[in-house]
Amino acid sequence: MTPQIAMFLVLAAVAVAGAVSLILQRHPIHSALSLITVMVALAGLYLLQGAEFVAAVQIIVYGGAIMVLFVFVIMLLNAGEEERTNMSRMARYVGVPLGVVFMIEIAYWIGSATLHLNAPASGVVSTRDLSNLLFREYVFPFELTSFLILIALLGALVLARREESE
Amino acid sequence: MFPPLQDLYRIAPELVLCGFGMLVMFLAPIVPKARHGALAFISLLGAALALGATRFMALNPGAAYSGLVRADAFSLFVHLIVIGVAFLAILGSVDYLKREDLDGGEFCALILFATAGMGVMAGAHELLTAFVGLEMSSIASYVLATYRRDEPRANEAAMKYFLLGSFATAFFLYGIALSFGATGSTHLDLMTPLANDSSHTLLKTGLGLIFIGLAFKVAAAPFQMWTPDVYEGAPAPVTAMLSTGPKAAAFALALRILASIDAAAPVWFWALWVAAALSMFAGNLSAVVQTSLKRMLAYSSIAHAGYILVALAAAAASDRMELGIAAALFYLVSYALVKLGAFLIVAHLGGAGERHVDIEDFAGLGRRQPAMAACLSIFLLSLLGLPVTAGFLGKFYIFNAALQSNQPSLLWLAILLGLNSVIGAYYYLRVIVAMYMREPEREIAAEPAPWTLSIVLWIAAAGTIYAGLLPARIIGYATKAAMNIR
Repeated sequence: MTPQIAMFLVLAAVAVAGAVSLILQRHPIHSALSLITVMVALAGLYLLQGAEFVAAVQIIVYGGAIMVLFVFVIMLLNAGEEERTNMSRMARYVGVPLGVVFMIEIAYWIGSATLHLNAPASGVVSTRDLSNLLFREYVFPFELTSFLILIALLGALVLARREESE
Repeated sequence: MFPPLQDLYRIAPELVLCGFGMLVMFLAPIVPKARHGALAFISLLGAALALGATRFMALNPGAAYSGLVRADAFSLFVHLIVIGVAFLAILGSVDYLKREDLDGGEFCALILFATAGMGVMAGAHELLTAFVGLEMSSIASYVLATYRRDEPRANEAAMKYFLLGSFATAFFLYGIALSFGATGSTHLDLMTPLANDSSHTLLKTGLGLIFIGLAFKVAAAPFQMWTPDVYEGAPAPVTAMLSTGPKAAAFALALRILASIDAAAPVWFWALWVAAALSMFAGNLSAVVQTSLKRMLAYSSIAHAGYILVALAAAAASDRMELGIAAALFYLVSYALVKLGAFLIVAHLGGAGERHVDIEDFAGLGRRQPAMAACLSIFLLSLLGLPVTAGFLGKFYIFNAALQSNQPSLLWLAILLGLNSVIGAYYYLRVIVAMYMREPEREIAAEPAPWTLSIVLWIAAAGTIYAGLLPARIIGYATKAAMNIR
């Protein structure tokens, strides 16, 4: 086992554990903290692939800015512990087994597909390469994304103002 | 580096739609609320100009932005559908917004932005671009679905729509990631698996996940659970748009993937077959027992997604793929006209707060409002697939595509389609019988249609009859679009 694989296994385990804990925690703040673990573990995985820029952005944007927003929202709403409802019978006897089957199936397919996959050694992607891609080849979806964000903003405005008028 | 002018021509409709969307958005806070009707007309101008801007696409065919989007006959055809839908939906909701006391500005801006997203989906030849388009249309749809302020059902429906929709989007995105891993590209024409078997498996898994994401967006069974609640809870003009525009765009994307990635057709064929059969039965059998016309139309749109999936399955199995694609495109046109008109009639006759949307409330409509009842009858007969209407020819072309493929499995699917048309006849005719042959149980005042709605209904009804009598031109364009898809 090479050190890379060992590192990968550790980081992947941390990410999955964080994601599971994110769902199982009852208090929103604990969920948010679990999310940070996931984000940092993912940044480590990116770093392992040689994508330094993406790893740094992952920490700054997701681990930093977005998490602060999450925590602020939780604080402003003063969200307490959530109440747990029992799963409906349909969800327990049909949904959960189907979900497990689906997960195993996907894991099997991906596992069997990647076992013998000789991925081409990706050259280290520099920030320069990345920006060339983003602002030349992919400039169209890049600009579209700003409209996507505009739509989300407009939507948030429509939804938020409704609360006010009631 | 500024993009060449030709690239801008090739995305001209999106530029116009986004530009007018922003204009309306900025004007909304400035214009006093009493004048918000004017904003709707500015949006109409935008949609009309966008329709005109498709001319630039037609004159400059080719790929733009390093092959990410294409201006070809197929993209043009779908652009005309989705922009036409946006135009008619805005025109049809002018009166509704006033009656329900809703803000017109954001409403129209969201419709314009969503339409730009659908246009991107129609033209995209690369999966990430298609994904951004899909999200533009989806996020705007989530907000539009919850536009009625004090309607708890609408809020619940929009919440369901948002959660399930995000889930479906995640499937779509995961599918893109796996396909990229298998092929090393997200450009549709470059997505051939690398030499070994493993990447074939990975590409198949990825395409399967992409199928799940798209099947959710077109409301095909078994991913249709959200449809009745959302279509019933959303404001009826929004339902009119949701059940036509985004569906057409998602089908366009599915067709594009089917035609461009060689591995897609064999992987998708049985998925399409099963989804088509399930959707037809799930939609029709549930529609039979509905008492609310709005909910019944929602179930019928699941069934119609099933009919269009039959055309896709035919395209996937046949050597002559263009037959199936052209049939799907023609059906989308006929379906869009009819569904739009029917939901807008429900929006209008439902009265304040959409209280009268039960089939019972339409009893005696034939005497009360003959013109309105005639329009609704035309739409319902077209949904049923009666000759002279567009729906009949739509079904005919799908049958034709299925039978020409010479596959026994498709013959069975065609038989199921015929069976389902018979089930459909029962509940569509029930409404017509109620309108013309039953007395109303309580006094309902006639509500004459405002001129804006009348125009939309006339266009939809005339279009339905025109496509039913003289389909040569439309099916000709659809075939040209289908030949041009790669």
